[in-house]
Amino acid sequence: MTHTTESSRMERRFAALKEENRPALVTFVTAGDPDYASSLDTLLGLPEAGADVIELGMPFTDPMADGPAIQLASQRALAAGQDMLKTLQMVRILREQDQDTPLVLMGYYNPIYRYGVERFLEEAAEAGVDGLIVVDLPPEHDAELCEPARDAGIHFIRLATPTTDAKRLPGVLNNTSGFLYYVSSTGVTGSAPPTPEKVEQEVNAIRAHTDIPIGVGFGIRTPEQAARIGQFADGVVVGSALVDCIAKADTPEAGTQAVLALTRELAAAVRTART
Amino acid sequence: MSTDTSLRQGPDASGFFGRFGGRFVAETLMPLILELQDEYEKAKQDPAFHAELEKLRKDFVGRETPLYLAERLTEALGGAKIYLKREDLNHTGAHKINNCLGQILLAKRMGKKRIIAETGAGMHGVATATVAARFGMECVIYMGSTDIHRQQPNVQRMKLLGAEVIPVTSGTGTLKDAMNEALRDWVTNVADTFYIIGTVAGPHPYPALVRDFQAVIGEETRAQLMEKEGRLPDTLVACIGGGSNAMGLFHPFLDEESVRMIGVEAGGEGLDKRHAASLKGGEPGVLHGNRTFLLQSEDGQIQDAHSISAGLDYPGIGPEHAWLHDIKRVEYVAVTDEEALDGFKALCKYEGIIPALESSHALAHVLKLAPTLPKDHIIVVNLSGRGDKDMTTVTEHLADELAEQ
Repeated sequence: MTHTTESSRMERRFAALKEENRPALVTFVTAGDPDYASSLDTLLGLPEAGADVIELGMPFTDPMADGPAIQLASQRALAAGQDMLKTLQMVRILREQDQDTPLVLMGYYNPIYRYGVERFLEEAAEAGVDGLIVVDLPPEHDAELCEPARDAGIHFIRLATPTTDAKRLPGVLNNTSGFLYYVSSTGVTGSAPPTPEKVEQEVNAIRAHTDIPIGVGFGIRTPEQAARIGQFADGVVVGSALVDCIAKADTPEAGTQAVLALTRELAAAVRTART
Repeated sequence: MSTDTSLRQGPDASGFFGRFGGRFVAETLMPLILELQDEYEKAKQDPAFHAELEKLRKDFVGRETPLYLAERLTEALGGAKIYLKREDLNHTGAHKINNCLGQILLAKRMGKKRIIAETGAGMHGVATATVAARFGMECVIYMGSTDIHRQQPNVQRMKLLGAEVIPVTSGTGTLKDAMNEALRDWVTNVADTFYIIGTVAGPHPYPALVRDFQAVIGEETRAQLMEKEGRLPDTLVACIGGGSNAMGLFHPFLDEESVRMIGVEAGGEGLDKRHAASLKGGEPGVLHGNRTFLLQSEDGQIQDAHSISAGLDYPGIGPEHAWLHDIKRVEYVAVTDEEALDGFKALCKYEGIIPALESSHALAHVLKLAPTLPKDHIIVVNLSGRGDKDMTTVTEHLADELAEQ
């Protein structure tokens, strides 16, 4: 196996934040929610609002691991005509103005499989995608996408969960790069999180096995929660709360503004998490 | 086809039948799925497990079910000799209970206290609620809101049996959405919950274990026909939604080259319109834990299935069927809603049996097939369920005809 000595955009970002002694703010929105134009505005505004890593959801009709907020985001995006071509186009447009903020596409395997793994990876790499999170591809199926993605220079970011025991952890960590996404609760996105103390304990247990940055997500909604989790996690992932901003807004433009406003608050919170 | 390689050995260790199957699930569920696989392997080797299952099949379900010669239907069609495998006579009215009994015994072995299931027509939900009551376990059934409306009697039955029926409004409110919601419940309540999947789909080991619990249909058929006719059947016909009743009938015969097998998908309004025929009108993809043929768009979005029969209204099909389709061991055809109603009426008229709309699809194909075959040709049709649950749907469709009587 050949390792490139050149560090990736993702690695540079986490290394820089480590220097700053603060966690990354990782924001999730669904591509095309509630429509292409305003979703693009949101995406383009995220780096300046303080998102350190951007997760962009690839909408899917059957998001089995997502709670109601992200299910509805997918439905809105699909109803507005979002597809893989448009999602990749959004990334290309972001890269015209931002070459530093890592972007991770997140979703389910079928839309990628149908698009064609080889074609998808080629176009994603060319567009400036840095990583993938594909919920329904456990390590048992690394040959499907994880290994080809690595060969294409795209990080495959794995989820570890409270059910990932000592026996499974090495398999989960193997081939994971960029960062490890620790799902703090069993359940779907948007579920209530367990106590920060418990999450801290579990994250520390994983740290004993890896040097890779650990992002924590599921159920983190407020700046206060982000700051608390950010005391020990390398990244704090906020998704459903941002998506809810779009759901509740009177107009798509107001949705964009609300997402960016919450992002600014969260960004301020992670900057003071360890002070 | 070569006889030295058995077609009955799948899936491989990773859960694949050829390119289909697998374990495409969230990490949260992986440890559980591996545990289930281990437990199932142990149960298969345990004579006590088989003895308990056998006893319940006999005394609780009423097996074996008859293999019934449909004399008047045979005569009316004027061709092949038609036998019906009477799964409709099982306790709860369909083949679904065969699988539920097996799975609840696994749940018991694993120390689980809470049972969840998805249901479309409600037959799997009723069978699950039944075994949960029998074993004193908490039971939650997810059912699409559209299906709740068209299958009211089954909803009431589940409630009487002590199950909580949760309407699923996400997506299109049908079987696939109920399955999504059940998976979401499972991911949330992994520690104490056992998910009884109702068909030969889902992540490995479900397609294999559901098939094994349903294979009693084919095993009995084989022995019964041997006794009645002294030989194997020529053709097997069964309807296919997810495909569990068909797999149960077909699997014990897969290595018998002389036996032709036909799976009948729900062609809905026609394959150029709305339908539920995943093999005839779908493309390979990944959903609900396995790779199989799916009704989907160019962009990989899952499309709505449509069938007059709620139990066939699923945009996918079990992975073993997808493989048997690939290797051309089983033929797959589709019949329309209208044709299924013809099958339904024919069985009422000639045999005094009201079949489920699901099974009526298989009968509809037999109406076309039997007249083309000689009188010494033996067809076995899996009569997978009874039609009491379908009275509302059928009377709506046949309102004019019923008014004339």
